[in-house]
This record gives sequence, structure tokens and C-alpha cells, in this order.
Amino acid sequence: MGEVIVVTSGKGGVGKTTTTANLGTGLASHNKKVCLVDADIGLRNLDVVLGLENRIVFDIVDVTSGVCRMRQALIKDKRYESLYLLPAAQTKDKTAVSPEQMVELTEELKKEFDFIIIDCPAGIEQGFRNAVAGANKAIVVTTPEVSAVRDADRIIGLLEAAELREPKLIINRYRTKMVNRGDMMSIDDMNEILAIDLLGVVPEDEQVVVTTNKGETVVRDDQSQSGQAYRNITRRILGENIPLMNLEEPGGFFSALKKMIGLK
Amino acid sequence: MLEFLNRVFGRESSNSKNVAKERLRLVLVHDRANVSPELLTSLKNDLIKVISNYMEIDDKALEVSLDGDDNQVALVANIPVKRMKRVTPV
Repeated sequence: MGEVIVVTSGKGGVGKTTTTANLGTGLASHNKKVCLVDADIGLRNLDVVLGLENRIVFDIVDVTSGVCRMRQALIKDKRYESLYLLPAAQTKDKTAVSPEQMVELTEELKKEFDFIIIDCPAGIEQGFRNAVAGANKAIVVTTPEVSAVRDADRIIGLLEAAELREPKLIINRYRTKMVNRGDMMSIDDMNEILAIDLLGVVPEDEQVVVTTNKGETVVRDDQSQSGQAYRNITRRILGENIPLMNLEEPGGFFSALKKMIGLK
Repeated sequence: MLEFLNRVFGRESSNSKNVAKERLRLVLVHDRANVSPELLTSLKNDLIKVISNYMEIDDKALEVSLDGDDNQVALVANIPVKRMKRVTPV
């Protein structure tokens, strides 16, 4: 039976979809059967982030309303045989699916996949309730900013109320330079405030934008720091004990030299 | 310039992350204390049940609320006692 992990944050724009896409790709690269579910009905995005937007025929609402079978709606990834996407509907709203239907849907997916990762919409309304309904694990994504941390705290409370105990934290867009000069909350600060287990820290990285522009995931980019961070998180999800990576920003003479001779 | 001097002399208070942390700490105290009315009602009913074993109280005038000031949250209950019962210790 597969694991159902919901990726959530409360606040929008902190990197839920990017995280979902990268963890899905990461797990698939370890030969796991993975299904990504876009639960953001009305504002679907996981398809473009994965570069699969042209392949959508049916969507999640078509499945829950019986228009098609699950198999017909699942889209296979371009690179990984074992990675699939169940896209959100774009023309409906969050009420088109009920929490009960989501439970049914995840139960069906569990039989076939090792991991089902649900990309939760921002907010705490029905979209959130749908996304968490069938999940048995939760990842909270946040950035080191007051608004995102506040919403993360609220979400942690709501997850616990929904019986999703022990959610894990991913700190996204971490900027070591700012932390070093005291202008951004550090990993320790965030741990102190939110007090949940840390799953990983992803540094701010232009490569995320670059890869997403092309419909690719940064986890496949061997050169980038954020890619390394996502690869580490993937292995932690698989149960390995990987220490936090060195987050000092590359700079200085050697990386400049490397850049010059085209190593990076 | 002042900021620079503060940094040179290591005065932490000028760091914006400390401001962020402090503000968050306060706002979360209030957020987390935001208990649902159902929970308060059910707490109230339980309180009445227990206290009524020992004294007669005016359950209409009973008030239970969560008060938070800057640093802590307190459960405040205002329970008017009508009469003490003669409790026979078991």
C-alpha cells in the first residue's frame, strides 16, 4: 500500500507546487511508482511546472464524477516511466470534489503507487479539506518570512485537528547571506517557533525559475544547490538519514574560476 | 550609518530577523489561543458539572474566556457562587 503525502502551506506562493514536482521527480528517479495529484481545482499549475500541460485530456473531476476511469486521466511523465500526474480541473471550483471522493480516489491510487503526493491549494477552505482528506502524512512548506510562518503555524494546527500528526517542515527560499547578517530567520529560529520536525531546507536559487520555465524540475540539475536540497529531501522521505547540506552560498575565487572555465 | 555602527558593535536589536521573531511570537500567542466557541461551551459545561459537586453556582452568570496579554494566555473563569454545599468527605 502506498503512502499518501499532502504538501501544504496555508500561504500561497511559497513553493508547494515546485516542492511537489521535485519530490515526485526525485522519488521516481529512485524507481518508486509515484502519482502526483493536483488538488488546486480551478487554478491548476502542477501540469505546467512538470511540462505536461499539452497532454491533458481528462482531469480529477472527470474521475470523481465518473466521466472517465482513473487510468484515462493519469498522464505519464516525459522522463520517468514510473511518474504520473492526475491534473486538476481548470474550469470548475473546489466544491466540484468532496473530501469523501478524495478518500476514495487516494484509496484507489494507493493500490498501484508507492507514493501519492497531493499538491494542496493555498488557503484553509474546502480545497485544503479535500487535499488532506485522503492523506496519511503531511509536509508543510514555508519561507523564512513572518506571513508564511504565521500561516504555517495555523496549518500545523489544522493538520493536527485533521488527525495528520507530526507534519514535517520544509523551509524554502533560504538565503544564507541574509541569515548571516541577521536579516532573515535562521533554521534554528524557525524550528523554535514552529516546533515540528525539519525535513529539509531549500536555498533560494535562480535555477528553480530557469528549470520551471522549461517545464523541468531542478532536482535533476546536478549543479544546483536547490537540486541537491531536493535530492536530499527525497532520500530522507525514503528513510535515509542525510545531514543538512552546507548552505553557504557559492561565491569567491574558486567558483568564479569554475564559472569562467565552464564548469558551472 | 547608525545601522553600520550597530552592526560593528554587534548590537543585535538592529537585526530585522529579531524584530520578525518577536512579532511572530506575539502574533502566534494570539493565533493559537483562538479557541472555537464550541470548545469553550463544552469546557464551561464540564466546569459547571465539577464545581456543582462542591458548591451551588449561578451557571447563567458563569463566564469563561481566554485572555491573552503580550506574554501569556490565561483561562479566565468568573463563577458566581450562590451557596456552599456541605461536602461530606468520602
